[in-house]
Amino acid sequence: MKMPEIAPGSKVLALGHYQPANVVTNDDLAKTIDTNDEWIQSRVGIKERRIAPDGESVEDMAAIAGGKALAASGLSPDDIDLVIVATCTLETQIPNAAAVVAHRMGINSPGAFDVNAACAGFCYALGTANAAVRAGAARNALVIGAEKLSQWIDWTDRSTAVIFADGAGAAVVGPSDTPGIGPVVWGSSGDKADAISIKDRNDHLYQEGQTVFRWATTALHPVALEACSRAGVDPAELAAFVPHQANLRIIESIARKLGADKAVIARDIVTAGNTSAASIPLALSRMLERGEVRSGDLALVLGFGAGLTYAGQVIEIP
Amino acid sequence: MAATEQDILEGLGKIINEITGIPASEVTPEKNFVDDLDIDSLSMVEIAVAAQDEFGVEIPDDQLKNLKTVKDVLTYIQN
Repeated sequence: MKMPEIAPGSKVLALGHYQPANVVTNDDLAKTIDTNDEWIQSRVGIKERRIAPDGESVEDMAAIAGGKALAASGLSPDDIDLVIVATCTLETQIPNAAAVVAHRMGINSPGAFDVNAACAGFCYALGTANAAVRAGAARNALVIGAEKLSQWIDWTDRSTAVIFADGAGAAVVGPSDTPGIGPVVWGSSGDKADAISIKDRNDHLYQEGQTVFRWATTALHPVALEACSRAGVDPAELAAFVPHQANLRIIESIARKLGADKAVIARDIVTAGNTSAASIPLALSRMLERGEVRSGDLALVLGFGAGLTYAGQVIEIP
Repeated sequence: MAATEQDILEGLGKIINEITGIPASEVTPEKNFVDDLDIDSLSMVEIAVAAQDEFGVEIPDDQLKNLKTVKDVLTYIQN
């Protein structure tokens, strides 16, 4: 046997995102469930979120975000030979989203699979794409995080209905002479599998808020620091910290312990809600669009969620 | 020497002040966390984690929900 040579690096070539048009405010939710704007903002940090209508699927949102990222990369569909969709909220389990999305985007017969690592999914997919491109298993990869949490939420459960939302974000990953995606640090705590779950196919998403909050505010900053350390980047050098947009208080707690004093902290949750695997590329793409981060900046991305699972890496902004 | 109740109260006051901004002097044994100090369940988790670091006593979530007053926490940490 012979093997291709390992390439020195890969990098994110471009980003793209999509949000459904329908804005749902806290006041809108307070009309149907016992909650209010002050309670939601102080506990979770969300002011408004986007909820997709009945006819709009995970695959629809993924294809639009993916199309924007591909257009921004300057590559053509023929240049992509691997498509990975990170999602945990498909309407059905078969077929996977990646093959459907690739076909719709005109990407011809790529390797196509979904990753379910819940809210950590995008970082898992990005780590996998980086490895595939460097190892020669793919020339260029399209990595998408897309979720429709709204179809798995009990809209009478005020502990989850105020948090979760819909959206998609995407990144094109290609080869690079210098590393633009650092080593992924990933792991899981299956002992806490019950903390976030959907018990059966007719059930809704359930979350033990306090358990998850305690885990997220105590177990994750060491992962963030290790991702920096393995990339050889001092947290003080980071221009941005883009954690999964789970809860503003979790984001700020991890950010304080990270010591990334110069970094812009992603607070996309305020207007996007918690979009699980979509939240990191969605936040990053919107920050780039607003000019909050610039090409060449170093950003730490950190996903964490059901499983429990977590993953993080340092990336260079395209 | 084991920490006295007064030591623990002072330590707890400092922790609560850092997490919630409530003056440490308001953290007195008879105060109810929710009704008197307006501390929510997520802040209680942060306080429990900080108290574990400070006093070496773990307060798991299923115990935390039974600790309604400052005195309850003082008693839990001492025992």
